[in-house]
Amino acid sequence: MSAFANILAGGVFHAAVLFLVAAGLQLVFGVQKIVNLACGSFYALGAYFGVTFLTYAHQAGVSDWLILPELIVAGILLGFIGPPLERMLRTVYDRDESFQLLLTFAMVLMFQDVFKFVWGANPRSLDSAYLVYGTIRAGDFSIPVYNLLVILAAIGVAAGLGAFLQRTNYGRILRATAENRGMAEALGVDVRRIYATVFTLGAVLGTTAGALVVPTAAASLDMAVEFVVEAFAVVVIGGLGSMRGALAGALIVGLIRALSIVFFPEVEVLAIYMIVIGVLLLRPAGLFGKAAA
Amino acid sequence: MKLSPAATAAIGGTVILAALPLVLPPYYVGLMIPFYGYAIALLGFNLLFGYTGLLSFGHAMFLGVGAYGAAVMTGVLGFKSFELTLLAAVAASALIALPVGFLCVRYTGIFFGMLTLAFGMLFHSFLFKFYSVTGGDSGMRVARMNILGLGFDKYNKIEFLAGPFYYYCLALLLIAGLIMWRLVHSPFGLHLRALRDNARKAEYLGVHVHRCRLAAFVVSAMFGAVGGVILGFRVGLADPELVYWTQSGQLVFMAVLGGFTNFFGPVIGALSYILLQDQLQSLTEYWRFVLGAVLALIVIVFPEGISGIAVEFRRRLGGTRA
Repeated sequence: MSAFANILAGGVFHAAVLFLVAAGLQLVFGVQKIVNLACGSFYALGAYFGVTFLTYAHQAGVSDWLILPELIVAGILLGFIGPPLERMLRTVYDRDESFQLLLTFAMVLMFQDVFKFVWGANPRSLDSAYLVYGTIRAGDFSIPVYNLLVILAAIGVAAGLGAFLQRTNYGRILRATAENRGMAEALGVDVRRIYATVFTLGAVLGTTAGALVVPTAAASLDMAVEFVVEAFAVVVIGGLGSMRGALAGALIVGLIRALSIVFFPEVEVLAIYMIVIGVLLLRPAGLFGKAAA
Repeated sequence: MKLSPAATAAIGGTVILAALPLVLPPYYVGLMIPFYGYAIALLGFNLLFGYTGLLSFGHAMFLGVGAYGAAVMTGVLGFKSFELTLLAAVAASALIALPVGFLCVRYTGIFFGMLTLAFGMLFHSFLFKFYSVTGGDSGMRVARMNILGLGFDKYNKIEFLAGPFYYYCLALLLIAGLIMWRLVHSPFGLHLRALRDNARKAEYLGVHVHRCRLAAFVVSAMFGAVGGVILGFRVGLADPELVYWTQSGQLVFMAVLGGFTNFFGPVIGALSYILLQDQLQSLTEYWRFVLGAVLALIVIVFPEGISGIAVEFRRRLGGTRA
């Protein structure tokens, strides 16, 4: 039984990270109607930069106990890449969605070599630095406190994003822009600035997720292209553009992955794609999406 | 008799391609084999993308069907005939594309793209995980085959690829091109373009929208399998990398690079991509970055690709319309 709980805890941790990236993807899709293939690259960028940032912080004598806030800062610092990339995307807003998809694919290719150039081809990792927080044990069940904190942080982000979108004025403006761009513009919303903000926010969610995962897994060149498919699976299952969907989708994908790795290793990813296809066929708008398309 | 611009371009291109082995060193001639594979696959891909308006992000799946089909035919079943392998791969591809396409073509736009991506990755993880059937990440070997019943045993593999097989592929490309030309200029091709531009109107006028999309999907899958057999045969290996989603992205890249609005665009795209990649790889370790920048430039500034630039250039020169 406790082995099962261990697996579930691993799945929830994975789901927490997936949720952060998927939330960024959803935000950008919801408001800008762009499916951002580069979200996996943001994630990888966060992971690589997290390693570098922590290494420097360690040399500067910052206590190991601050690892979690440090990584969050690292993720947020990377937000500066948002505006220039958004500026690039701005050239294709009025065009067919295949062009938008391709432009983000171009970003994936470029990021791939930026990683190789800056950090080299070998995976980079932090040596179990996350164990500073210790591990909670109950019988056979154990979970590193760091993982627990990341899960809590993701829940915090989910709640914060929800409150931001539903209750603040800016959130209302965002939703209005997502609903009807032309009307929002006519009512005096500066859509350009909204787009730049949203894209940056989406990027920060991705980079922070990457930074948070790096103490437990190495940053490698493959992680960008591998993660993007999983993030895609999450948003498709949950429904494109829906935050609640991202949460549900992340949990489904995270748990299925964790369970199948243990019980049916050969169907690990297979199971995820099957669910994706099933959802797309039965409910193309996803579990929480609006009926459309 | 006055030839149309398209016929002139096709004949001119064929003559140049046919002359290449006479002037180029074998390395470059061998490099052209993947070009033929991709060009044929892209002719099919563009029927779906350019003419039907459906962007598939999982089309590499059918390259994989071709390559693995060749591996099964030669390695497992022991056939030696390239033609038989082609037939089997094309048939297998059509059989797979039929149900997959049936499910996918109910959607358009981004949903079609994601659904094809999911099917492509499903196929990839099947190849990757079912080690006993597919060899997992080490793939399956594709043995040497006869073409037209001739073994060319006195040639080693490189000479074979640069000599007889080169012309064989050229012939395949010509046949594929002719078939595709007939297709897109037939009533079926017109149906596709009509439903791309306005599906509801086309349906109102009696076009079977779903049936036509499905037909385009299956045809493009068959072309993809032919390309996959060539690619697999050249490397002598069918591996799951060929089916990964980035490979599908690469196909889209080639189509857009050449220009998907033009019939010859995909062929031009395949050629320029192969040459560009080869040159970049010899120049720098960071060729992907340059390729990405080129793609971004094409998407932002020249959405009609190289063929679009060429057509525009002709127009500026005061030539006739292309």
